[in-house]
Amino acid sequence: MAGIASYGAYIPLYRLNRAEINKAWGGMFPVPGEKAVAGHDEDSITMAVAAARDCLKGVDRSKVDRLYFASTTSPYKEKLAASIVAGALGLRRDLYAMDFAGSLRAGTNALRAAIDAVDAKAAKCVLVTCGETRLGAPKGDKEITFGDGAAAFLISSTGVAANIEGSYAIFQEFHENWRSDKDTFVRSWEERFIREAGYTKLVPEAIGAAMKQCKLAAADITKAAIFAPDPRLLANVAGKIGFEPFSQLVDPMFMTVGNTGAALPLMMLVAAMEDAKAGDRLMCVGYGDGCDVLIMKTTEGIEKIKDKRGIKCHLEAKKMIPNYMKYVLWRGLMETDPPPRPPINHISVPALWRDREWGLSLTGQRCKSCKTPQYPPQRVCVICQAQDNFEPYHFTDVKATLTSFSHDNLAASIDPPTTIAAVDFVEGGRIIFNMTDRDPEEVKTGMPLEMVFRQVHYWEGIHNYWWKCAPIRC
Amino acid sequence: MGSVKGIRDKVAIIGMGCTKFGEHWDKSKNDLIYEAVRDALIDAKLETKDIEAAWAGTWVSGFDGRCLADPLKLQYIPVTRVENACASGSDAFRNACYAVAAGAYDICLAVGFEKLKDSGWSGLPDQQSLPSNRYPDRTAPGMFALMATTYFSKYKLSPEEGKRMIGLISVKSHHNGTLNPRAHLRREVTIEQVMNAPIVAWPLGLFDCCGVSDGAAAAIVCRADMAKKYRPDPVYVKALQISVCPSEGELRADYDFTTVKATVRAGEAAYAEAGIKNPREEISMAELHDCFSITEAVTCEDLKISPKGKVKQDIESGFFNLDGKLPVQPDGGLKSFGHPIGASGVRMLFEMYLQLQGKADKRQLKNPKLGLTHNLGGIPVSNTVSVLIIGL
Repeated sequence: MAGIASYGAYIPLYRLNRAEINKAWGGMFPVPGEKAVAGHDEDSITMAVAAARDCLKGVDRSKVDRLYFASTTSPYKEKLAASIVAGALGLRRDLYAMDFAGSLRAGTNALRAAIDAVDAKAAKCVLVTCGETRLGAPKGDKEITFGDGAAAFLISSTGVAANIEGSYAIFQEFHENWRSDKDTFVRSWEERFIREAGYTKLVPEAIGAAMKQCKLAAADITKAAIFAPDPRLLANVAGKIGFEPFSQLVDPMFMTVGNTGAALPLMMLVAAMEDAKAGDRLMCVGYGDGCDVLIMKTTEGIEKIKDKRGIKCHLEAKKMIPNYMKYVLWRGLMETDPPPRPPINHISVPALWRDREWGLSLTGQRCKSCKTPQYPPQRVCVICQAQDNFEPYHFTDVKATLTSFSHDNLAASIDPPTTIAAVDFVEGGRIIFNMTDRDPEEVKTGMPLEMVFRQVHYWEGIHNYWWKCAPIRC
Repeated sequence: MGSVKGIRDKVAIIGMGCTKFGEHWDKSKNDLIYEAVRDALIDAKLETKDIEAAWAGTWVSGFDGRCLADPLKLQYIPVTRVENACASGSDAFRNACYAVAAGAYDICLAVGFEKLKDSGWSGLPDQQSLPSNRYPDRTAPGMFALMATTYFSKYKLSPEEGKRMIGLISVKSHHNGTLNPRAHLRREVTIEQVMNAPIVAWPLGLFDCCGVSDGAAAAIVCRADMAKKYRPDPVYVKALQISVCPSEGELRADYDFTTVKATVRAGEAAYAEAGIKNPREEISMAELHDCFSITEAVTCEDLKISPKGKVKQDIESGFFNLDGKLPVQPDGGLKSFGHPIGASGVRMLFEMYLQLQGKADKRQLKNPKLGLTHNLGGIPVSNTVSVLIIGL
């Protein structure tokens, strides 16, 4: 029987106080709280990678035989995104990688599909990862309520921390939220109608049916992670089902993160699992053009997987974006005067392809003669000049410190200055990176650093990913 | 170093020309090449037809031998374009000298040129990177700033002390540039102006960075034993050395940014070739690659002119000033000339040539005997370096 063997989550470092948005637009939406904002070099893929890395901590990656990437905001309309995630994670070649897209239920759809695949013995170990960076149009309520984030789960039949007890789904053809192939921003119908015909009707219906199927009453559920566009609607639904809002509902993070779309129920489930004890019964509910319900019961294994950054740590470690303009620039919502620097180089697709294993996963080599790690891969050792005598060496999770740095105001950047960092690894080897998620003032020689997967260039529709270094998040 | 090889005193410079450096909106690269070579030919009292072979040094302003043959209408002689980053001009000169020393030709031409101001960009045009673009964004000032921050911390200079140390370098070079009609920037700056200027890449401010400009310079070389036939005061080639770094600093954790090994290696080889035992005492003057003020400081140490970690004392005591013991950038340096990549190396030789002949006007030093030029192409972690020495 399938279950959750591990979990992970990611919330971008940056938060925007909603008051800043309100201020920019003349005080039309006095909504409290803050929203999580992906950095200028982050997108749904990079955040999914970050959540997956959290989830895979201590997991033998060669066991993963499927990867599901779910998002309504994949950077590509046509092109597999899961293969980029898989490449960054260094997953095995015979992986079945696929994207779940389009629906706000993409996250719970992927989770359910993974459970079904494992139950059907079509897969042994499925990594589900979901990242979202939905855009609300400037000056609208969605801009205020949406937030960015990601979650990941490992679904397996062995070593599970939560056994899936039941699942239930209904669909409803319905234009509640939509974004056509010609739209940049999410649209929706008038609030009163969609609330009554949609969320407050469908969610109680699906949850009721799922509990009935599992022969459970509302009181049997320890924690319910229910997608919620806002806390008011969640309270309404909880009342209808009979959940006690304060003890049984997982916080939808409206005040701290915002509505992270398809990732939200998964992130809420991570939050529930962080606090769960063995024997707790958890529920995860995805919503959008219908409703997905998953019910599970935690095992003793839950205690063994709590070494994750998850929601708690990522919520706590944050930096505020000083103003709305910065958010506008990061999301590319405004055309700005180009910097007086040469445009980004042509990106060679054959060169990207040659680099698919090494570059995407920051895999270098270690010289078998002198044992020095080096990146990028060489034919001749930089230390001892031995030829073609290397073994692969993964740099992503090796301890590293900052040896030298500068803050470059000349380099073209959405978020100047560009911080250049010479990073030295504890077992040897140096890589020169850009540093991200930093305040220039906090950068100090000798500081410990971690590697983060980020978008480094965009050219002619190609999103180019590589690694940067960042101060240790938490 | 083992047995000393080289071509010391086998080749002489008998004519040089150098354009004014600057924003030559009204001149093409062909105009600049033509003017530099015309002046070199006049200086040598030769005609174009006397040139038997030619080398052109340029980074991005020309691609093959036609870049000289076309503007000069050279008549079917061999012409080769040399590219070695900021050492391109010096390497073109080296190749011309080697051809003469080898006996292949008697009279050769070397031209360094670059036309950068047509690009419209700040700083240099596109930097070389991996075709996959999986590479950090980095500019030249950003990379040389690593050298400065690390130097400051290694030698325990406060940010203020460090900024002042490198700032004095720029003050000195700007002063020298005011005395040079060929310089691009010709104004005095104060240490306060330098230290308070907008930051390009901390600690490098606007006045710690050389500018971008257009320019060309040319040298005509011949066999040393025939040099006096052309002029009474030829200048002799003492050493021509190039050292290229295998990009070690990008990969090796033991590289600490406060030195450039290729400068050390090229310097040692050049001193051996020229028979110099004590460069601090024997070198009369130098044109060093001051792309950034910190580069000049570190180069003085790498070339064993100043002791390791002690260049600050020499900077503060005026050791490198025009009236000091070993003037550095007597012509104003890259700081005053800007840095048209391929042209800079030959421009540096031009100043040494003028000084050795006593023709440096207001900048003239007293009885210089040996002049050293240095180019550093690339960045601290990966570079190509030339050290040339010429003298009487």
